[in-house]
Amino acid sequence: MKIAVTSTGKTLESAIDPRFGRAPYILIIESEDGELLEAIDNAANSGAFRGAGIQAAKAVADRKVGVLLTGHCGPNAFSALEAAGVKVGTEQKGTALDAIERFKKNEIVFAAKPNAEAHW
Amino acid sequence: MKELAIISGKGGTGKTSLAACFAFLAESLVLADCDVDAADLHILTQPRIIHQEPFVGGKKALIAPDKCSQCGICLENCRYGAIKEVFEVDPVACEGCALCHYLCPESAITMEETLNGTWYISETRMGPMVHANLIPGEENSGKLVALVRNQAKVIAEERNIDMVIVDGAPGVGCPVISSITGVDHVVIVTEPTMSGLHDMKRAAELVRGFGTPISLVINKWDIHPGMAMEIEEYGKSSDIPLAGKIPYDRLVTDSMVRRRAVVEEDPGPASEAIVEVWKVINQHICK
Amino acid sequence: MIVAVASGKGGTGKTTVATSLALALGSRSQILDCDVEEPNCHILLKPEITDSYPVNLPVPSVDKEKCSLCGKCGEVCQFSAIVLIGQTVLTFPELCHGCGACSILCPERAIQEVPRRLGVIEMGFVKDVEFVQGRIRIGEAMSPPLIREVKTRINRDKVAILDAPPGASCPVITTVKNSDFVIMVTEPTPFGLNDLEIAVEAIEDLGIPMGVVINRCDIGDSDSKDYCARKGLPLLMEIPNHRKIAEGYARGVPLVESMPEYVDKFRNMSDYILNNKH
Repeated sequence: MKIAVTSTGKTLESAIDPRFGRAPYILIIESEDGELLEAIDNAANSGAFRGAGIQAAKAVADRKVGVLLTGHCGPNAFSALEAAGVKVGTEQKGTALDAIERFKKNEIVFAAKPNAEAHW
Repeated sequence: MKELAIISGKGGTGKTSLAACFAFLAESLVLADCDVDAADLHILTQPRIIHQEPFVGGKKALIAPDKCSQCGICLENCRYGAIKEVFEVDPVACEGCALCHYLCPESAITMEETLNGTWYISETRMGPMVHANLIPGEENSGKLVALVRNQAKVIAEERNIDMVIVDGAPGVGCPVISSITGVDHVVIVTEPTMSGLHDMKRAAELVRGFGTPISLVINKWDIHPGMAMEIEEYGKSSDIPLAGKIPYDRLVTDSMVRRRAVVEEDPGPASEAIVEVWKVINQHICK
Repeated sequence: MIVAVASGKGGTGKTTVATSLALALGSRSQILDCDVEEPNCHILLKPEITDSYPVNLPVPSVDKEKCSLCGKCGEVCQFSAIVLIGQTVLTFPELCHGCGACSILCPERAIQEVPRRLGVIEMGFVKDVEFVQGRIRIGEAMSPPLIREVKTRINRDKVAILDAPPGASCPVITTVKNSDFVIMVTEPTPFGLNDLEIAVEAIEDLGIPMGVVINRCDIGDSDSKDYCARKGLPLLMEIPNHRKIAEGYARGVPLVESMPEYVDKFRNMSDYILNNKH
């Protein structure tokens, strides 16, 4: 299954960016072998005026991702991810590698609701 | 880290003067001036700008006259009346929806980024401050407010400061909503007038929608003690605790003229009351 | 004639000036409260409301039967108010600006527009003065469409007085646009002057003539007056920081009623504006 992790950089060793819509990169990782498939440059989106979370959710869903690991996820992005069947693990810290490890060990508690406010 | 927002519903109730006083009284804090349409806090804090960035990103339509065949499709479909009869875009009316761009059969309309304002990180005698100027008449003030608040939080984290004080915008619309979403506590500053009461009720209704705890401050209460009492009663009956009442005091304006917060000067009735109000609010937040 | 009353800073007495001007002109005037976030004219005027109607914004509703999941709607929407995600088209009505792009550009004609409540327009009379106000729904962020609706009620045969929101951002510009004259109300303090400068800069771009009313003229400093002189802005009126005025306002009594000698001052101001309008 494909996993998306919000990141401050382009590699698996980069620190997780707690923001979803406005993270500089979104890493797409194959959970089976931990391979980094793509580092989505989210710069255009992170500077977007409105609906950054919704656009990031679309980018993730379009790549047929099953799980998103991030810090905070607002209500609009959350409902978009939910509609696409993407499960969301929030409050993630450390690097993308750490998050993947936690996922493999079944340590991720998936969010049932958004954990951030909508921004204007 | 705690975030405290000061709002008023009605303008001119003393919100910014009070924010400057709280900033002076708080041990350490980051100030965020989110009243970006009419930012005044800088007048009292006299910031020294250490970093500034343009605020761009809003888009507006632009018609290339050499490609335009004046077919009128854009004019017919624009709901904002932003296309003039001479096939020019009125940038004030344009909302940047891009409908005209997509409909134009000649591909004569492009969407161009516009400069909406500038934001700053500064040092002040009270602590670091994030503030901004919106270019007059530009939209997206809610977005700029979110940006200012986020920057203030980043600085607070970097420097291990545990409080952010937000000077919010007046009204109950987009910029205010942006000023208060997710903060830990909201102070509503009002004055003892019928408009003050009316606007305070609307502001309180908005804050309650977010479930954020509120403290009420009645400024210049002795201008009309009867109305102050009515506001106090309303607070009691609606579960909005009163943090205190501040008397009318010319020293507030006098110190503003000297570019100082009134609590920085020789004590007077207003500054003494403000010190007490701050103690109450500070206790609420630290709970 | 359309006269907008604006003020960069809130609480400077904008509503006091707008309502007193309307009352002084009586049946010749119409007052329209465009400060839809915090409409206050009604507090001073106590109008008899005779008519009201809701104002809506058209937002998209997708017919799943007709939708081919092409994603065009999400591509064209500049506000992320509609998006194709997975096998669903989601809408976010609170982000929608009601431009109609998704509906008009949908190749399957699968998007209808349905109303989202923005607020309400209320109309009535204060004695012989026509009264109109807009009131935004709490929690609603989009005020300009509601302000535009208030302005459709302008009676061209009268002196239409628009009470603008404070500040200098889009709701203010939406209000003062196409006015013949703007009265800027300020107070002579550093805050008042700073906000006056911002608002004057915004309105200058529209090319509408302006004049200034200085309220509480005996507090603060003289910098505001110097600014007006430098800018060539006519000083229309000065109102002192009188306890009687403040108390009247607190109780909801208009200035021309607590101080009747102001009726003539407001009439003179109106005459001046009539001779110097756009």
